[in-house]
Amino acid sequence: MSTTTPRRRLLAIGGVLAAATLALSACTNSSDDGDGDGNAANAGAGDNAETGDTVRIGFSAPAADHGWMGAITDAAVKQAEAFDDVELVNAEGTNDVNLQISQVETFINDKVDAIVLLPFDGAAMTDVATRAMEAGIPVINVDREFDSPFAARTTVLGDNYGMGVSAGRYICQQADGSTDAVVAEIAGIDSLPLTQDRSRGFKDALADCGLKVSNRVAAEFTVETGERAAANLLQAAPKIDFLWNHDDDQGVGVMAAIDNAGRDEFVMVGGAGSANVMRSIEADDTVLKATVIYPSTQGADGIKLARLIAQGRSMSDLAEVEVPRIVQLAAPIVTKENVDQYMDSAFES
Amino acid sequence: MTGSVQPTTAAPQKRARSLGVARNLGLVVALVLLCVVGLVTAGDRFASTNNIITVLSLASAIGVVAIGMTFVITGGGIDLSVGAIVALSSVWASTTGTQAMAGDVGWIVIATTAIGVGIACGVINGVLIAYGKIVPFIATLAMLASARGLAEILADRKTQIIRDQGFRDALGARPFGVPVIVFVFAAVVVAGWFLLNRTTFGRRTFAVGGNTEAARLAGIKVQRHTVYLYALLGATCGLAAVMLMSRTQTGSSTHGLMWELDAIAAVVIGGTLLSGGRGTVVGTLLGVLIFTTLTNVFTLNNLSTSVQAVAKGVIIVAAVLLQQRLANRNT
Repeated sequence: MSTTTPRRRLLAIGGVLAAATLALSACTNSSDDGDGDGNAANAGAGDNAETGDTVRIGFSAPAADHGWMGAITDAAVKQAEAFDDVELVNAEGTNDVNLQISQVETFINDKVDAIVLLPFDGAAMTDVATRAMEAGIPVINVDREFDSPFAARTTVLGDNYGMGVSAGRYICQQADGSTDAVVAEIAGIDSLPLTQDRSRGFKDALADCGLKVSNRVAAEFTVETGERAAANLLQAAPKIDFLWNHDDDQGVGVMAAIDNAGRDEFVMVGGAGSANVMRSIEADDTVLKATVIYPSTQGADGIKLARLIAQGRSMSDLAEVEVPRIVQLAAPIVTKENVDQYMDSAFES
Repeated sequence: MTGSVQPTTAAPQKRARSLGVARNLGLVVALVLLCVVGLVTAGDRFASTNNIITVLSLASAIGVVAIGMTFVITGGGIDLSVGAIVALSSVWASTTGTQAMAGDVGWIVIATTAIGVGIACGVINGVLIAYGKIVPFIATLAMLASARGLAEILADRKTQIIRDQGFRDALGARPFGVPVIVFVFAAVVVAGWFLLNRTTFGRRTFAVGGNTEAARLAGIKVQRHTVYLYALLGATCGLAAVMLMSRTQTGSSTHGLMWELDAIAAVVIGGTLLSGGRGTVVGTLLGVLIFTTLTNVFTLNNLSTSVQAVAKGVIIVAAVLLQQRLANRNT
């Protein structure tokens, strides 16, 4: 019983992926590079790292006003530089939807070979992305989804719901059957769907082991608001057993508030996976014992997939001919035991 | 009305009134009501010493900015750039360069850098408004954009951790169990009240805000005074940055987001006239305390931020209406 929800979800995602890729392979057989014969052919199609036709990829993302968002752009640019056959056209990050639309329009006019787009607002960018697709330019949608399935060739997503689930499960594990543990939550900007997804996943996972969130506050992804929200929260709950903070950027402020209040009776779990937090987990000298990852490499993965799609190649580790329609990245929990594994992909906030 | 004119031969009764007791009765009632709600719904958690200290600490940084804002608004101006100046000051004061210097000379370097940057921004605002004849709304809007942009460039959009132990120790101290920043806030309130109500500078501020032309004819150097006012607000922004750096141990270009609205709201609820000529430091203090206590009471009761936002709006209107009624009765 305890694992039905996430497992069913996984199955559903897997099903969607399989259906999508099957449908695609059935109707598009045009992109074979001479190796499209038979099932096993793809396994020997060669390493994706091999240099292919040079392609121009347009990249547009919101302004890097946040450690995680800055890391997205940095990782994407680095990834593009690592390829000899990719020429990156990097538009200046913007939180102005109109400007971002015009950036994509410029990409269309310039006839780039593919576009990697992390929209400031997915709904608002759907129309222009659809136009790019209609113009024959594959669009790789990163992190914030468009409204329409026709607007993107491939979508790379993080797993906000999964972050909540991972954090919740870790806490269940630590609570070890106790059902009266006090669990507190410091969310990010409450009006964002991603915050709601994270909180829903957290609630669902906690419900599995009979726990619930006793105190919840929301900050705004900044150090200062994190400090303010946490200072009040710590007064609201004189004794806490577990605390999940959605975002490691605001977590710097949360930790300062915990420090100011002189509290250390609880276990804290972070979110997103900044390098600071991972170092602190490794050192094991604060209440911070774990964090859940929201990969800041999504943009880089978008570039990798855009390159393959534009070159008409397959993913060498899949049997399937076409690049998948959806790639959803996992939200693993990072603890002292496995922190080494994730340190390299962590972002500096 | 009482605050705009400072009679030299003030009767004791009038003096008491200008102290703010009667004039701010509406706000006091609102704050007391809020505390009663806190006591009833959260009991000891609300009334605990720790909680009261938390509320005062959270009110300190924004409170200092609001006191500075009281002067600018009383003087007939407005400043939208306060949050951005706080961010820039905190970033400038926490760069590795500044911190290295602080390591050699002492933590005071960090504090003076922050306040210096604040004053510089304020002077720029003031000069643009007084001598450049740009309306305050536009001049400070420009400062809002460029100060935060400069902060982002300086910090490379990273959060800068303050590692200087001297700074941490000096501002993290708790004489009598109360954080230093609360004492600083108290000192700023007292100094602000004195400056506005008991000095020539204060009288000039009321005069400039009330009627610029009359002030000029009365021999006040209006332009120079305007620069002083914005510089004063800049200094309080720098001081707020120091307080924020002490609480969060960081300097960041995201500090102080939307503080301009919080500060202006606190000032206006306090009873300072948005068009200038009338202002009260005590009212501003009460305005800041009401907002901070409100958030605290709501968090103690585990209510969502959306409910808080609605309540904030209702309380703004209620406090102002109450204020008007009581003010009419008293005068």
